[in-house]
Amino acid sequence: MTAREEILGRIRTALGPDRAAPAPIARNYRTADDRSAAQLLDVLTDRLEDYKATVLRCAPSEVAQTVASALQATLGEHPEADVVVAPGLPADWRPDGATEDDGRPAVELAGYAATVTGVSVAVAETGTLVLDGSPVCGRRALSLLPDCLVCVVTGDQVVGGVPEGLARLEPLAPLTMISGPSATSDIELQRVEGVHGPRTLLVVLVG
Amino acid sequence: MKVALFATCLVDTMVPQVARATATLLERLGHEVVVPAGQSCCGQMHVNTGYRHEAVPIVANHVRAFAGAEAIVAPSGSCVASIHHQQAAVARRAGEHALADEAELLAGRTYELSQFLVDVLGVTDVGAFYPHRVTYHPTCHSLRLLRVGDRPLQLLRAVRGLDLVELPGADQCCGFGGTFAVKNADISTAMLTDKMANVLSTHAEVCTAGDASCLMHIGGGLSRLRAGTRTVHLAEILASTEEAVNPQQSTKPSVPA
Amino acid sequence: MPAFGTGSGAVALRFRYRKRESAMTAVFLGIPTAPRDVGHLRGDQSFPDAARGALRDGQLRANLGHATSTIRAKRARVVGEVPDWAELREAGRAIKAATMARLDEHLIALEEQVTARGGTVHWARDANEANAIVTRLVQATGADEVVKVKSMATQEIGLNEALEAAGITALETDLAELIVQLGDDKPSHILVPAIHKNRSEIREIFARTIPGVDPELTDEPRKLAMAARTHLRERFLRARVAVSGANFAIAETGTLTVVESEGNGRMCLTLPETLITVMGIEKVVPTWRDLEVFLQLLPRSSTGERMNPYTSLWAGVTPGDGPQDFHLVLLDNGRTAVLADEVGREALHCIRCSACLNVCPVYERAGGHAYGSVYPGPIGAVLSPQLTGVEDNASLPYASSLCGACYDVCPVAIDIPSILVHLRAEHVEAQTRTTPEAAAFRALSKVMSSPRLWHLAQRAAGLGRFLARGKPTLPAALPPPASKWTRTRDLPTPPRETFTQAWAREHGR
Repeated sequence: MTAREEILGRIRTALGPDRAAPAPIARNYRTADDRSAAQLLDVLTDRLEDYKATVLRCAPSEVAQTVASALQATLGEHPEADVVVAPGLPADWRPDGATEDDGRPAVELAGYAATVTGVSVAVAETGTLVLDGSPVCGRRALSLLPDCLVCVVTGDQVVGGVPEGLARLEPLAPLTMISGPSATSDIELQRVEGVHGPRTLLVVLVG
Repeated sequence: MKVALFATCLVDTMVPQVARATATLLERLGHEVVVPAGQSCCGQMHVNTGYRHEAVPIVANHVRAFAGAEAIVAPSGSCVASIHHQQAAVARRAGEHALADEAELLAGRTYELSQFLVDVLGVTDVGAFYPHRVTYHPTCHSLRLLRVGDRPLQLLRAVRGLDLVELPGADQCCGFGGTFAVKNADISTAMLTDKMANVLSTHAEVCTAGDASCLMHIGGGLSRLRAGTRTVHLAEILASTEEAVNPQQSTKPSVPA
Repeated sequence: MPAFGTGSGAVALRFRYRKRESAMTAVFLGIPTAPRDVGHLRGDQSFPDAARGALRDGQLRANLGHATSTIRAKRARVVGEVPDWAELREAGRAIKAATMARLDEHLIALEEQVTARGGTVHWARDANEANAIVTRLVQATGADEVVKVKSMATQEIGLNEALEAAGITALETDLAELIVQLGDDKPSHILVPAIHKNRSEIREIFARTIPGVDPELTDEPRKLAMAARTHLRERFLRARVAVSGANFAIAETGTLTVVESEGNGRMCLTLPETLITVMGIEKVVPTWRDLEVFLQLLPRSSTGERMNPYTSLWAGVTPGDGPQDFHLVLLDNGRTAVLADEVGREALHCIRCSACLNVCPVYERAGGHAYGSVYPGPIGAVLSPQLTGVEDNASLPYASSLCGACYDVCPVAIDIPSILVHLRAEHVEAQTRTTPEAAAFRALSKVMSSPRLWHLAQRAAGLGRFLARGKPTLPAALPPPASKWTRTRDLPTPPRETFTQAWAREHGR
């Protein structure tokens, strides 16, 4: 007998011959949010800042400029080519001279100082940005290896809670949920920011 | 109301003054108290130590002893919790379905003292007088299984002369846990030490609770430390009046001569 | 409980019991528990003995007291701000119960979906089989080093030791796991394996073991985290194989989930060519929607955060993004034996948040090592004895005062105290000879179920007054088992007359 057959057989033995139908699952928790878009943006900002992300709000026409000045503030004077962007990032969001991720070996992305990507969904209540591997978000290594991550979020991408966020996502895509910069609570259960992932998270909120 | 008093095995055998105080209090509030002679134990110690089969005849005895009672009151959160959460279950597991049904019905009419006073009788001021500095330990089973909440505190706040001080880390277990206190005596003692430190930090003269078992544990530790603070059951405080302030200590310090 | 003086030398009264009608145990059904020769589910000492040693370690107790009180406050704050926590908790419980009721079907669906998306699914009956599968998969890549994401399942089966025996270095990349590995220590907590170490002890371990570490390294947590980053960075970039666990696997889509904080998980899940995920079979959840419940319950219960910094989700292989060779190892190792126990199977609902450890007064004082298993604390006390068979971890179900704090904080409402009590009974009923304790409890049962015998026994207890010789408490030096009480607490002298006797006398009966 294969291990598969044996384990499945054990499960059937364990559960016995007359299995009752599982009780229906009551989903009486919140799955919608009646807060206005503006309120959600405020909540998202509050939650992101609580986890030591830097949040910059701007108008749709000011994205590239806001990204550039945020990078300037974080990296100081830096070669323009030190910044790598997701291949599908809109042209008017890109800082001047940035490199586009062209699918080179992933480890080479570690050589860049900063990354700029879009997001798929943002969850206000938990301060979570979700990247889904689409061209505007880029592959997973892109938002991981450079030490500074800039995410551009548009107002229509912001939802209230986790259920609304997950409902907008494609379960088969490679997803990364990001809530603040890399952190650890492993020393005396105190949270400190900055371990293996990007130590700086800049979020540009559009609208 | 005619109230059947379940003294519990521990109180009846070791600290009878707690059952006496419960009876005195209920009578003072104008109720008739009966004490069924056939009572012994709820079976909790057997169930919690792993002897659930052996608990069944004890449950049967309890159900027999209190059959027909209108309301049953016990000065113990832990025993009432066992009656509510364990008796029917162990009977059912043993195939004693009729007993389980009876135990369930009886549990529906069984109350922990503070719940009975506040929820059934609707009183918080029982007319007590107790001129002492007191801190209250909310025992685990009263707190988490019975959810008595702040009922004991409501009762204590209404006691004249009583100076109620908050116990730091109140929701932490005292380390009693029935046979845990002997099977894991060292951990139990470590938990007791921290509980006593918190009790002593209040400078209270008395630590009270709704469970004689936990009080015997805390009181036994305080007595061994030669601490001045003693443990007194909630029923004894509520039974005290201007005419009769005579709370007996559960555990008096045994200072060598 | 020694308060009852019914005689420790009680005669074993013969007592017949109705045969159990629901004797559905794993042993009876022939479902094997986790094997003895491998893994980390059994300790060398009983819990009380191990705890006695731990209690003497003042540094340990200070570290644990500080860490657990910090996390308790954080958890309480972020759980308190969720208005529908009770509803989420109930949904979490119900999803897990429904999953277990159809576990075979969900695993088959998961296998189909993972396979359809380019992954390979392996089934492992026990730790030895899982270790052999992973070792073979690593060897097939030609790599002699793997990077690991913190995973309870691989700790449980002793994968690192198995890989080492095959000449493969397993590098733990979670900060706390790294501390444990560098310190040649054992994990003591589900979430924070190095919770028993404080910052200065961690500094010492890093200074001693990390080659080329900054000699000026301080014990500031941020500096320590930076030292780990520097130490591991190059290893992540060169890694060809990663081994991970999984927090959730979604049957209907084949999506795997790893919840983490540091980014070491993302490094492992993203950069190597080959990813091997070892997952207990109970980690499957039926639908994508179920995640919306667990991703709210887990971080708040675990690290006391609204959301953990990183959650990675992947389904099979994505061309051009992440590992192109993905293996999922589904591990039994005693889980089906747990499933066979109608009461105990709730322990399989655990999502490994460790909230129960953080609130447990026993864990806080004894620490994780005293439990002897990679699963410590309240959940470990119900899970380990079931995975191994209760006789191999017989002291663990008693390692609790049944205070119930664990049940209150459990995000999927596992009634741990009730399972503890159930396992105590399983242990008692597994004994083939009558222990002195069993004899005493059987005698006491006989006595307590007969008012006549009970009153006689109460009179006998009253004889304890002679021991007290007029003092209000009994002597501190009583024979065992009463000595276990009287060593640290006084025992009141029994009264002359019980309440019920006095009442009967006064009321003329």
